[in-house]
Amino acid sequence: MEELYKALKKQLDDGRVSIEVADLSSYSFDASFGEYMPDIICQPMSTEEVVHIVKLCNEYDVPIYPRGSGTSLSGGPLAVHGGLVLDFSRWDNDITVYENDLMMEVSPGVITEKIHKVAESYGLMYPPDPSSSRISTIGGNLAENAGGPRCLKYGVTKDYVVGLEVVTANGDVIHCGGCTVKNVTGYDMTKLIVGSEGTLGIITKATLQLIPKPIDTKTAMLQFDDFITSGKAVSKILRSGILPSKIEIMDKYCVDAVLSTHPIENITADSESLLLVELDGHPLALEAEMKIIEETCASLPGCKMIIAQDEQQASELWEVRKLVSPAIVKFGPTKISEDTSVPISQIPAFFEEIERIRQAYDLNLVVFGHAGDGNLHPNIIIDKRKPEEMKRAEKAVAEIFKASLKLGGTLSGEHGIGLFKKPFMYNEFDEAGMKFMKDVKQALDPNNRLNPGKIFPDENERFVLVHDE
Amino acid sequence: MTSNLIDKLDYDATFDCVQCGFCLPSCPTYLTMKEEKHSPRGRINLVKYAVEGKVTLKDLEEAIDLCLGCRQCETVCPTDVKYGDIYESAVEVLREKRNKKLDTRIMSLFLERNYMLDIMYQGLKLYHTPLISTVINKTKALDVLPERLGNMAAILPPVKKEKTQTQNPFRTKKITVGFFRGCMMDAFFSNINDLAIKILQAHDIQVVEIKQQTCCGALQHHAGEMEKSKKLAKLNIEALEKYDVDYYVNAIGGCGASLIEYDHLLRDDESWKARAEKFVGKVRDISVILDNINLNLDIPINIKATYQPSCHLQNVQHVFNEPEKIIQRIKGLDYKVLPEKDICCGSAGIYNIVNYDASMDILDRKMSHVKEVEPQLIITSNPGCHLQMLLGVKKEGLEENIKVKHIVEVVAEACGIR
Ligand SMILES: Cc1cc2nc3c(=O)[nH]c(=O)nc-3n(C[C@H](O)[C@H](O)[C@H](O)COP(=O)(O)OP(=O)(O)OC[C@H]3O[C@@H](n4cnc5c(N)ncnc54)[C@H](O)[C@@H]3O)c2cc1C
Ligand code: SF4
Ligand code: SF4
Repeated sequence: MEELYKALKKQLDDGRVSIEVADLSSYSFDASFGEYMPDIICQPMSTEEVVHIVKLCNEYDVPIYPRGSGTSLSGGPLAVHGGLVLDFSRWDNDITVYENDLMMEVSPGVITEKIHKVAESYGLMYPPDPSSSRISTIGGNLAENAGGPRCLKYGVTKDYVVGLEVVTANGDVIHCGGCTVKNVTGYDMTKLIVGSEGTLGIITKATLQLIPKPIDTKTAMLQFDDFITSGKAVSKILRSGILPSKIEIMDKYCVDAVLSTHPIENITADSESLLLVELDGHPLALEAEMKIIEETCASLPGCKMIIAQDEQQASELWEVRKLVSPAIVKFGPTKISEDTSVPISQIPAFFEEIERIRQAYDLNLVVFGHAGDGNLHPNIIIDKRKPEEMKRAEKAVAEIFKASLKLGGTLSGEHGIGLFKKPFMYNEFDEAGMKFMKDVKQALDPNNRLNPGKIFPDENERFVLVHDE
Repeated sequence: MTSNLIDKLDYDATFDCVQCGFCLPSCPTYLTMKEEKHSPRGRINLVKYAVEGKVTLKDLEEAIDLCLGCRQCETVCPTDVKYGDIYESAVEVLREKRNKKLDTRIMSLFLERNYMLDIMYQGLKLYHTPLISTVINKTKALDVLPERLGNMAAILPPVKKEKTQTQNPFRTKKITVGFFRGCMMDAFFSNINDLAIKILQAHDIQVVEIKQQTCCGALQHHAGEMEKSKKLAKLNIEALEKYDVDYYVNAIGGCGASLIEYDHLLRDDESWKARAEKFVGKVRDISVILDNINLNLDIPINIKATYQPSCHLQNVQHVFNEPEKIIQRIKGLDYKVLPEKDICCGSAGIYNIVNYDASMDILDRKMSHVKEVEPQLIITSNPGCHLQMLLGVKKEGLEENIKVKHIVEVVAEACGIR
């Protein structure tokens, strides 16, 4: 390691490589609760530097963990086997807009919100909007194939990337895709790299597709007496011919938690479930479309609907959703944020499962998420200093995934598998499916240089929150 | 060796951090240094690791020393992490570890004793006498000072000290306020205090000047000299309690923040807790008072202006909108929002002297935003920021184009008060 450090320092001598304990500690965590000390931190600022670093790591046989802002909730950038953290947060300023092509080319460290702002300044929009967009990097978004509330209408990160520059495990630079919307030349390597969680290649440049920015938005809030009806409402709205940009759902525990600290006019905590619906488009169309939604939902028993009359009211309604994460930590200091997707029709059934697990394990378990696309976030709030509570949470998490898979769902809608969900991989895929993925990894990264310890479970690995010793 | 020292770190508060990173873009040192250890999330984690024995106190030093203590990170944190407490505990522990009085030693000597203040004031007056300052400049006397002090000295405003008479034993008017002058403020900007008092009086507010007041204790506090700041807090509470006033008003973002946290500072002192809480309930920034009265803003000020909030006014006193609301009421004034206005300017007590380079990087970023706005006036609400902005304007060679004024000065001008 010492030698690698010396070699790296020759090229990156301006404080962008470090083995100081304070630095190593500072990159030993992400937004999950995992903790692994790396041995070296490197902050590259060009493709050439990345190539150089990768080649040196090969020479000294040291693993590499790409990292954006460390907002991963699945332990994605953690240095589980020690080695070098390749931190892209400093390379955050290369942005080129090709206005007439509706494209943007960015360096991996660019913050997602900056992409939104730059696109908007051209009257355009970059649709993917993870709730972490103020902090997450585009590299991290691409590697995790990030989602967010707007996915319902616009799709996820992978739907807006047309080209990538990638440094491979042996230090080659390859280009996948290009700068056209349509491109079917050869294998779709772009889509393979997107969502590969830093295990197949290191993204050093991305060409993103932009779309015209919708002129206006309109928001409605629907409160329900029971889950089943709220679940039905989602399908009913989507079948009415209207495609909202967002449909978000929250259970009563979330709503309670928010309202207990931030009372909001006209919203009561007595409903079992709450939906927020946002439409975007031309103002005239929005009026008409909102009417259709109103009529569609009028026939649903026990449904109360509030339509925001202006931007201010809309943002008040959205406040409820925005405050969920901070509000629920009043139940305890440790938050285990899970992420799973189920078919839309199964949302009510999933909510019932959650209620059952909540009671069986006596935990503060709440659920909210992107109902429109079935992507839900069960959250368990506990205190990680209490091992007994952690044990119960551990079992609850396993049950949540079992329930989701049973309902035709998947392990992750947007946060990735990373470190924490790999023990469940065999629950979703069979041997052949897993082998196919492992073959890809083996072919592209035979020495397991890139982000080792992620996605693929070790033999007989099981999910643990606390170790027994 | 350091085990009991480590116990003083606020370990419990670190557990509220869910490491989401929402605070990163609001942290000036993270924005300029782009290293996790110089972010709030990184600092909190280092404190936690120090308690857990994963890093030493030595490893903590750089990260904590370079924190401005601006507490902007607190206002954006979704889980309400008490960063101030964590930071404060780390500063105190590090001070004890180094076991030496910090650079603030001389400073506190000044601040604690009024006669010292007078000496400082005399010195400044001398410096700003045209003859003396020419001599100093000609002989390059300032060059013997380190660059940082030289730069600071060069931007200090001329000192004027003519105190307004404010004591009036008869309560004839609607509200009565006790005025807290603050020591640095009064040394460098006594005219602002005077103007503030005049504005209040001109709007039917009775102002009582509290003779026994002393330094607020902010600088000592930031240096981890807790005992000293507690002593000063008690002196001030005692002094102000003697007067039957509705509010304790000040025009200094930083000192006001210190006053408003006396209850927190004295929380473990049973005999003082209740008194401190009562005291804190009366502390108000001048802008809060001015926003609530019908100011006679009759004189237009036709100028393009921007506003740099004081971190402590916002993040500790939670005064966010009042100054801007007042500014927007001034006739003719073309108000433009400063991009990243909520980010600290890098002044932070004596940070800009102790951590000169880091402070200047932050200031450069600030000035790049100022240049985007191209204002003719930068409005401030705290002497530290005021001096820093003056320094920024000077560094950029914009003295001809951009003035820096305290919000009180601007309001006074618009009210025709001199
Ligand atoms: C409060 C909060 C809200 C969130 N909301 C959402 C949401 O709505 N939707 C959503 O999808 N996610 C969400 N997330 C999860 C997280 O923000 C996303 O996964 C995000 O994409 C991670 O970006 P990052 O820059 O922080 O990457 P990191 O966390 O640093 O890394 C994530 C993964 O990407 C890899 N990686 C990073 N950069 C590169 C690169 N240049 N090349 C190759 N691999 C790379 C890393 O190795 C790692 O596997 C949320 C997280 C938080 C804390
Ligand atoms: S915003 Fe708050 S919870 Fe999130 S990382 Fe910063 S301090 Fe921790
Ligand atoms: S107090 Fe200011 S400088 Fe320190 S961590 Fe918070 S935002 Fe950064």
